Amino acid sequence: MEALLNIENLEVSFHTRQGVARAVCGVSYDIGQGEVLGVVGESGSGKSVTALSVLRLVPYPGRITGGRIHYDGRDLLAIPEKQMRKVRGDRISMIFQEPMISLNPAFTIENQLTEALHSHRKMSQKEARERATEMLAMVEIPDPAKRIKDYPHHLSGGMRQRVMIAEALLLDPDVLLADEPTTALDVTVQASVLDLMHRLNQRIGTAIMLITHNLAVVAESAQRVVVMYCGRVVEQGPVREIFEEAAHPYTQGLLKSIPKPDGKGKLVEMAGIVPSLFDLPQGCLFNPRCPQSRPECVQSPPPWREVRPGHHALCWLNA
Amino acid sequence: MSVQAILKVEDLTKHFALGRSMLSSGDVIKAVDGVSFSLMQGETLSLVGESGCGKSTIGRLVLRLIPPTRGAVFYQDQDIGQLPPERMRKLRSEMQIIFQDPWSSLNPRMTVKEIIGEGLRRETGLSSSERKKRILRMMETVGLRPEHYDRHPHEFSGGQRQRLGIARALIMRPKLVVADEPLSALDVSVQAQVVNLLARLKRDLGLSYLFISHDLAVVEHISDRIAVMYLGKLMELASKHQLFSQPRHPYTQALFSAAPTTEVGREKKRILLSGDVPSPLNPPSGCRLHTRCPQAQEDCRRLEPEFKLLSPGHWVACHHPLAS
Repeated sequence: MEALLNIENLEVSFHTRQGVARAVCGVSYDIGQGEVLGVVGESGSGKSVTALSVLRLVPYPGRITGGRIHYDGRDLLAIPEKQMRKVRGDRISMIFQEPMISLNPAFTIENQLTEALHSHRKMSQKEARERATEMLAMVEIPDPAKRIKDYPHHLSGGMRQRVMIAEALLLDPDVLLADEPTTALDVTVQASVLDLMHRLNQRIGTAIMLITHNLAVVAESAQRVVVMYCGRVVEQGPVREIFEEAAHPYTQGLLKSIPKPDGKGKLVEMAGIVPSLFDLPQGCLFNPRCPQSRPECVQSPPPWREVRPGHHALCWLNA
Repeated sequence: MSVQAILKVEDLTKHFALGRSMLSSGDVIKAVDGVSFSLMQGETLSLVGESGCGKSTIGRLVLRLIPPTRGAVFYQDQDIGQLPPERMRKLRSEMQIIFQDPWSSLNPRMTVKEIIGEGLRRETGLSSSERKKRILRMMETVGLRPEHYDRHPHEFSGGQRQRLGIARALIMRPKLVVADEPLSALDVSVQAQVVNLLARLKRDLGLSYLFISHDLAVVEHISDRIAVMYLGKLMELASKHQLFSQPRHPYTQALFSAAPTTEVGREKKRILLSGDVPSPLNPPSGCRLHTRCPQAQEDCRRLEPEFKLLSPGHWVACHHPLAS
């Protein structure tokens, strides 16, 4: 598959009073044309910050301090802000976890949806309204011509997330960055939103970067998976291999700690907690929690190795 | 010897009046509407359902943190609504709650010893050294170290804070613990630690849990029986095995089929419910699910189904239950 977007050696640091936190540290991965890529990790793993870096929207006091993001023959980190504005929302768009706070409560759905069409496409109000209504129908909002006059508070959580998806797809982007898009939703609504994203991906071929802490969501939706821990990619591979033959002890631990339907007795616990970014361990960042830790894991950072074709892990095992 | 019910809930109902102000006579949210069940000694009964179904409200009603609009809660055969305040205060130590959010449920100005030991202040006649001993023993039980004794909540991770919340509940030596989404604020790798801790404490201390959660994987792991709620009503109640192998209510079936699993590539028959959960302000007539139910028929719109026993231990509220 040809890479559509390629992140290379990305470095993002947060400069705080406590010190410098390297939230993203040498992260590289790519996403192919029309692909659904799952990015999983726990809080603080750097998965969201990586996505925000793609759009150059890392919040203060964060700063992108290194790396390249190749897209459409350019390095997004090097182009002027004016060109970047054309990429944002138009070629690459993003949806967030909280549909409750991502929509402006003071504007109708129509106002919010047509704004992008005015500024990026110079459409007239009538054309823009038609296009927006069409998009609402596509994300399966019943009675879109009426709903478009509503304010966000008129809509339920699931409907708001559909509006967000409609807004993100208005300009027919190549890549949709979806940051925990179903985390705030109930499980039955989550199922229908994931189902919708899957069908849109099939139909319009938008590539989706699905960022989530929920491994099950990724297992059902993604083709490839990137696993992050403490600002680094620790494993990357095809979805089936990640879930059935995980190579990194962290991925294995995550999978074991999820209760299985037939599970009895004790769950397999992962020892310890995620370390603070201000106080990272020596060598492999996972070594204090790793059941298979060896002397070399404590001494020096692990290598990035290919375990099987297209499947890599950042680990001293299988060396 | 038959197993005793530690908790019995009869026709429990809670309506919240909304905005009774100058402009309107006030709407009523029917958060919980005529719910009955019992929790056996030593049992874990889970309440599952989507947001707004009333499961957390039931947790609060059971502990009488809020009074019911109608119905009664019996703790060991005593109607706790009828107890004089002094008796009720004594009972409270036997009934404890663990909250969802370990960030907002702990006072940031209090130290660990104050948080865990606060309830012990009512136990007069406890010398300070005995008190300290009991707090330290509790800390050890939940996996906190002695050097944590004088620290403040902000010095702890989410998992450790949840252990603190558990210690605070258990130091009173309760018999009944209401756990209201105790895992949902925790990272995946820490959840398993807390699930195992809860299971061990139940065994060691002979606790009964009313476990409130929306995470079906955890619920299936931890429960003996499960009650499924939708818009303030019980839809189905059965043993974990009955419910997962043969759900009889269309809502249970849809809810379970909607939960994603980590099995890659397994063909799943997903039963999608149309639309979103209706507002509890104005729940649908008849069966509350009829607006979204794939099996809905004419009578579902008019008549409210009764919560009845379909087979031993298996309760369902549906006019057209799924075949077993």
